[in-house]
Amino acid sequence: MARTLYDKLWDAHLVKQRDDGSALIYIDRQIIHEVTSPQAFEGLRLANRQPWRVGSNFATLDHNVPTTPFKNASEIEDETSRIQVQTLEDNTRAFGIREFGIGDVRQGIVHVMAPEQGAVVPGMTVVCGDSHTSTNGALACLAHGIGTSEVEHVLATQCLVAKKMKNMLIRVEGELGTGVTAKDVVLHIIGVIGTAGGNGHAMEFAGSAIRSLSMEGRMTICNMSIEAGARAGMVAVDDITIDYVRGRPFAPKGADWDKAVEYWRTLVSDEGAKFDTVVEINAADIKPQVSWGTSPEMVLPVDATLPIPEQESDAVKRSGMERAYQYMGLTPGMKITDIKVDRVFIGSCTNSRIEDLRAAAVVAKGRKKADSVKQVLVVPGSGLVKQQAEAEGLDKVFIEAGFEWREPGCSMCLAMNPDKLMPGEHCASTSNRNFEGRQGNGGRTHLVSPAMAAAAAVAGHFVDIRDL
Amino acid sequence: MEKFIREDGLVAPLDRANVDTDQIIPKQFLKSILRSGFGPNLFDEWRYLDEGQPGRDNSKRPLNKEFVLNQPRYQGASILLARRNFGCGSSREHAPWALLDFGFRAIIAPSFADIFFNNCFKNGVLPIVVSEEVADELFKAVEAKQGYRLTVDLAEQKIIRPDGAAIDFEIDAFRKHCLLNGLDDIGLTLQDADAIREYEKGRQQREPWVFIE
Ligand code: SF4
Repeated sequence: MARTLYDKLWDAHLVKQRDDGSALIYIDRQIIHEVTSPQAFEGLRLANRQPWRVGSNFATLDHNVPTTPFKNASEIEDETSRIQVQTLEDNTRAFGIREFGIGDVRQGIVHVMAPEQGAVVPGMTVVCGDSHTSTNGALACLAHGIGTSEVEHVLATQCLVAKKMKNMLIRVEGELGTGVTAKDVVLHIIGVIGTAGGNGHAMEFAGSAIRSLSMEGRMTICNMSIEAGARAGMVAVDDITIDYVRGRPFAPKGADWDKAVEYWRTLVSDEGAKFDTVVEINAADIKPQVSWGTSPEMVLPVDATLPIPEQESDAVKRSGMERAYQYMGLTPGMKITDIKVDRVFIGSCTNSRIEDLRAAAVVAKGRKKADSVKQVLVVPGSGLVKQQAEAEGLDKVFIEAGFEWREPGCSMCLAMNPDKLMPGEHCASTSNRNFEGRQGNGGRTHLVSPAMAAAAAVAGHFVDIRDL
Repeated sequence: MEKFIREDGLVAPLDRANVDTDQIIPKQFLKSILRSGFGPNLFDEWRYLDEGQPGRDNSKRPLNKEFVLNQPRYQGASILLARRNFGCGSSREHAPWALLDFGFRAIIAPSFADIFFNNCFKNGVLPIVVSEEVADELFKAVEAKQGYRLTVDLAEQKIIRPDGAAIDFEIDAFRKHCLLNGLDDIGLTLQDADAIREYEKGRQQREPWVFIE
């Protein structure tokens, strides 16, 4: 029978189907960070258990670490952050788990580090105590976030108790216009299907526009499947996937490599495979996007004007809009390009890979940050991305433009470290969530692509990158 | 997870409906890196007169003498008697962690919020649903007699009163099995350890590169 990519990944990891409809699914990789793992390790200790397969786990630090240079955990000022960082170090040492810690060039955001290391390769099941684990689905993996009890469960058993989700296909056909990036594609998709659109589904992204994207771009799209309501997003294997994985430190080598590639080539949805839901998107319809409200679905093309709540017939949506206007301090009907920005954040697991930094640097080159913009943070996703960017001279481009070049981490994506918005400030951000207070109490986030963020930094307000 | 077979314990009455998980354990304590140690901050906003912060010495804080768990007669209680919709609100697993850490093994109420109900079973705490009438009766009995105790017998699915009269309760057979045997999800999955190893052998043949050290 014709199967989808998700069906194949599910079948390949099924350990046991239980009578009550649940199943035991084998987990190939678990990625661990400092915030959601402490209780899981403590649970193991209390029950006197050992990790089932130590080598399947990769740990690193990202959520809490400062992005200014520091040498060890004791230099972290905030006490709760410091304790969480030290606890991860203690736990990984005690259980013998591989950790890319402070000072290791491989340290970085979990979802940037794992594919970069080849820790995640096609055909795997991948989990992490973080909802954006879906990023790894770009490598044709079944990858999703889990809770703390489940982190412990995977540590102890290498399995998860799961129920099969429904299949959803999002097909983007056609050619993307100039200035339109993967970020714009996924924001557009969320604008079309809504933040609950993918509920209960595993989402596969397909079509010629997706095929044309680099792995970095595909990761950006899978990353935000969670904002589209799906726990997991994925893209089928093709040459671009295989070229990306080749030569990565933990990727298969020699004869294993050939055998792996042969298998990976089968990781595509079969002709005629059945999807429960199919969404067709025309690539030519997608323009550079800017989110204006407090949910990722409140997003519009940069040349649009803000919606008028009175014209919204759905009462629930209307009241959501009104609340968003109140929080964001914006006026219905105003032009997006009239929204001024106070800070700019280029980073996060959505857009902090080398290609993202290159796109921002193209815009920043030879230009200067607007005086009205207080701060432009450029935060690479990992130490290796940072190294690569510096080898290409991107750091100099940013610094000359008046941007700040930082150490890797989650940074202002969630403001658990000192990088924060002040109340009322508008931020052009390449991250994934524009919820109230996400980037700092009272902060106002606008989700955009790296190029659009850099352009806003230069102009002091949003601009259409296509006019530059 | 600790087994739950039979609990003979002092009963503490919490006579309010819709107790939410934010009240059970306030958000500032979620920064903790532990699963234990939440007991001193269980019902923090009700128990103390000042605002609790993680890391503070709770023994020096002013107690709200009115609050039921601070009354001498309920010290050492292990069964909590509550009202309808207990445990509503946020899904935090810290709520059952805090109840357990404080010493509660069983909670009796006319109804529970779904997620909280599930989280209890993951942590060896037994939530028991009784009718509104039975709950009323129990509240009266606890109030009337200092040192009122109940025995919860899971195998028999009975709450036994001091005079020997029993109240039957329902429980899902699978969950009962897990509690009686002290099987958390992990314990249960580990019953399939052979199947997992068998599966791994096959994968190792097909995709050896997955199994790095
Ligand atoms: S960058 Fe943001 S979304 Fe990504 S893992 Fe870090 S905090 Fe989560």
